Amino acid sequence: MTAAREPVLTSGRASLRRRIDHGVKSLAQGRLGRTLVIALPYAWLLLFLLLPILIVLKISFSEMALASPPYTPMLQWVEQRTLSLSLHLGNYAFLWQDPLYMAAYLNSLKIAAVSTVLCLLIGYPMAYAIARAPSGWRIVLLMLVILPFWTSFLIRVYAWIGLLQGNGLINHLLLSLGLIDQPLVLLHSNFAVYLGIVYSYLPFMILPLYATLVRMDLTLLEAAADLGSPPWKSFLTVTLPLSLPGVIAGSLLVFIPAVGEFVIPDLLGGPDSLMIGKVLWTEFFSNRDWPVASAVAIAMLLVILVPLLLFQRVEERETTDPTR
Amino acid sequence: MPQPRRDPASLESWQDPDARPFLEIRGVTKVFDGATYAVDDVSLKIFRGEFFSLLGASGCGKSTLLRMLAGLERCTQGHILIEDEDITDLPPFERPVNMMFQSYALFPHMTVEQNVAFGLRQEKLSRQEIRTRVGEMLELVRMTGFARRKPDQLSGGQRQRVALARSLAKQPKLLLLDEPLGALDRKLRESTQFELVNIQERVGTTFIMVTHDQEEAMTMSTRLAVMDAGRILQVGTPSEVYEYPANRFVAEFIGAANLFDGRVASADGDRVTIQSEGAPSDIVMHHPQPLAIGTPVTVALRPEKIRLLDEPPPEDVNWIRGTVREIGYLGDVSIYHVGTEGGLTVQVQVTNRGRRTSGPLTWDDVVCLGWDADAGVVLPA
Amino acid sequence: MTGRRPFWLFTALAFGYAFLYLPIVTLIVYSFNDSRLVTVWGGFSTRWYGELLRNEQILAALWLSVRIAAMNATFATVLGTLAALTLVRFARFRTRMLFAGMVAAPLVMPEVILGLSALLMFVTLEQMVGWPAGRGMTTITIAHITFTTAFVAVVVQSRLSQLDGSLEEAAMDLGARPWKVFLVIILPIISPALIAGWLLGFTLSMDDLVIASFVSGPGATTLPMVIYSSVRMGVSPQVNALATIIVVVVSTGVVVAGWLLHRQGRRRQS
Repeated sequence: MTAAREPVLTSGRASLRRRIDHGVKSLAQGRLGRTLVIALPYAWLLLFLLLPILIVLKISFSEMALASPPYTPMLQWVEQRTLSLSLHLGNYAFLWQDPLYMAAYLNSLKIAAVSTVLCLLIGYPMAYAIARAPSGWRIVLLMLVILPFWTSFLIRVYAWIGLLQGNGLINHLLLSLGLIDQPLVLLHSNFAVYLGIVYSYLPFMILPLYATLVRMDLTLLEAAADLGSPPWKSFLTVTLPLSLPGVIAGSLLVFIPAVGEFVIPDLLGGPDSLMIGKVLWTEFFSNRDWPVASAVAIAMLLVILVPLLLFQRVEERETTDPTR
Repeated sequence: MPQPRRDPASLESWQDPDARPFLEIRGVTKVFDGATYAVDDVSLKIFRGEFFSLLGASGCGKSTLLRMLAGLERCTQGHILIEDEDITDLPPFERPVNMMFQSYALFPHMTVEQNVAFGLRQEKLSRQEIRTRVGEMLELVRMTGFARRKPDQLSGGQRQRVALARSLAKQPKLLLLDEPLGALDRKLRESTQFELVNIQERVGTTFIMVTHDQEEAMTMSTRLAVMDAGRILQVGTPSEVYEYPANRFVAEFIGAANLFDGRVASADGDRVTIQSEGAPSDIVMHHPQPLAIGTPVTVALRPEKIRLLDEPPPEDVNWIRGTVREIGYLGDVSIYHVGTEGGLTVQVQVTNRGRRTSGPLTWDDVVCLGWDADAGVVLPA
Repeated sequence: MTGRRPFWLFTALAFGYAFLYLPIVTLIVYSFNDSRLVTVWGGFSTRWYGELLRNEQILAALWLSVRIAAMNATFATVLGTLAALTLVRFARFRTRMLFAGMVAAPLVMPEVILGLSALLMFVTLEQMVGWPAGRGMTTITIAHITFTTAFVAVVVQSRLSQLDGSLEEAAMDLGARPWKVFLVIILPIISPALIAGWLLGFTLSMDDLVIASFVSGPGATTLPMVIYSSVRMGVSPQVNALATIIVVVVSTGVVVAGWLLHRQGRRRQS
């Protein structure tokens, strides 16, 4: 070993210069690679995510026109020289004045909020049970929660149509048990929308809850018991506060997509279950009013921004938490 | 503390004024975020074949200094030279330096063999050559039987040895070790200390180790540097640093020290007389440099250099009377905490020669403590 | 733990899983129903499977969806991995906030907005630069890549941030250049996350109705679009059969993947 010690670095001025040159070059290469890594996704997102939203913003300020595309331009050359900017606020005024849109927004928020609470009520006991199951079972139970997510969302919503129909399975069962003598109107109602949302988004509630609950140090509960706290009290004073980040994360993961949901109110909802996602769809596809659809979209984004910022604050607190 | 036997010739190089340093650190500074001085104007010369330790508490800048040597952090200021060649701006993959990481950083998806071969593969050595070298390295760290294992199938001690083999495989001129024994349990750590020193002697590579464990640094190093707040406070052999600490921080950081604050009352050749409020008698110490009368100083005395006396010494210097407050029985030695009349607590260490369950003293005994003029050092206050 | 708590935990689980799986089970059962009506059991039959396999429209839509999903998953995995690398490894650059925001945005944006904005952009682009000419498979794929990249980035990001940073430093210290460190060290270690990200991207694309409806054009009808239009007409036994096939394929995949992971874990321990 000792004899084989060959100097890796040859000394001398020339070699020194060569090495420094080389070093500078490879640093530059490193920088180039780094720039490429950033630039590719950055450019893509600027072009296909940010730009489209700016275009939506722009179109929301224009008027509907019988043209292709069906809206008036925002910037126009008037008499060759002056660039005229016409900000048409009519679409927003229209949203504000027409009770349909306000009702749709409020109804979306209400349906999303109620569904979130329902998800929490069903999801918390499940997440808790999975987290406290024997460790070999946990992965299986968790897999069973995630599995429906990998199958088609549309088909899972569709499955409820068959169950809820007037001549569907549930009515059939209740009738034959003699509990009712008239088929209940289950499909095309707010009830069906709640059911559909809770059913579709339950896994998004369970996963973050499970993640915080399974991480919890169980000796904390033993310490609480040792200090004389009965189990129910330990749950309220120890487990629940510690799982709060999971509760918040799960609630937002259900609430935010539920607000903009289209498929569920469209397939399961009735005429009174107005939701803003469906309004946007109708405005765009049926009325072909692109400017109003754009204004609806921008307003929806603003509504969602509030829980979004809340979510970010929670996440920041999580990452800066010194105990982790 | 047992010391591994060392080749005496290699011990002397830093004392020879003409010796060419192998590694030279010149005024190296690292500033984080424009304000935090992690390493503050450090200069060091390290010689071929040394086992040098950077010793300090966590956050003292020792790891940052090591990472700058490896090229993983850039120097804000200063230069690093290996054999007079400036490597300050070389990226890590072009330096003739390898590092053993505190977490070992073994690649989890590669076998032991592949881990050790990784550095050699980057040099484009022939397959045959790589195989021979990996074999040698695994033999060196006694891991030949584990070549096909993955890191997560090894114990902590085995991983540590693989990490060592991997960092030595490229035969670097300089090996950097970041808390190499930090993750091992106490028993294993002691035997590994000797193994590491033996391996270093066999391969002859210069080692620089970062550690917060003073016992480890004392046992293993040829020389060590004590760091605090980004600066080097003292450089020396383990015994120099222990017996002649340069300042209060070093005296307290390495081993235990009893400190008496006082002023120089008189100086006579290499002897100074110090008056301290904590001691009823004058303190007379050896001190080769002249000190002006009235200079505030601190006398540092090691617990094992203080004796228990039956009565005050006849010359009436270098003694203190006190009451035994605490007794710590450690088997081989006992440590007494003696509360003095001046309100200080003095630590005394006594070797337990005879076999008895209790020492010669018990709680609340009044004792006299005495020491010799060369039992401690006089430090600037 | 008292004896009663496991019982109510068990009840919660039983109720929860029944809720999750009963609708799917009824779909499967009725896919073998000879009768067209949901409530009437007309005897066991596989005729809907036969009709499904002869349904040219569904088969064409399936083929289109699979192609879009595969292309989308591949591109999204590349972009998402780059985005995750940027967010985890390059801690500081000037417009980081904007970038992080854009990466995460599709996770919380309603699909209707993503679809509408993508369409309006395609229309504008076509007007200004003549590309993309018309809408169809290309536009659907681009729109899907944009929103699934976010999901891939999240998956890869969580794996990357668990990675011990000193692994990369060790590789560089041993002489590997940055791109080689990425290829030889990082990529193999995060490969499970890349596979998971790819599968997620594939599933999300296969599943998407809303965005595809906005940005597709004549002749480009994806599977969810076909299912949607037939479902709007009411219950369709062919969709039941299709659902059963999807459930069987996905469950088999998940069980096989789980078994492989389990075996790998056992081999590691021994």
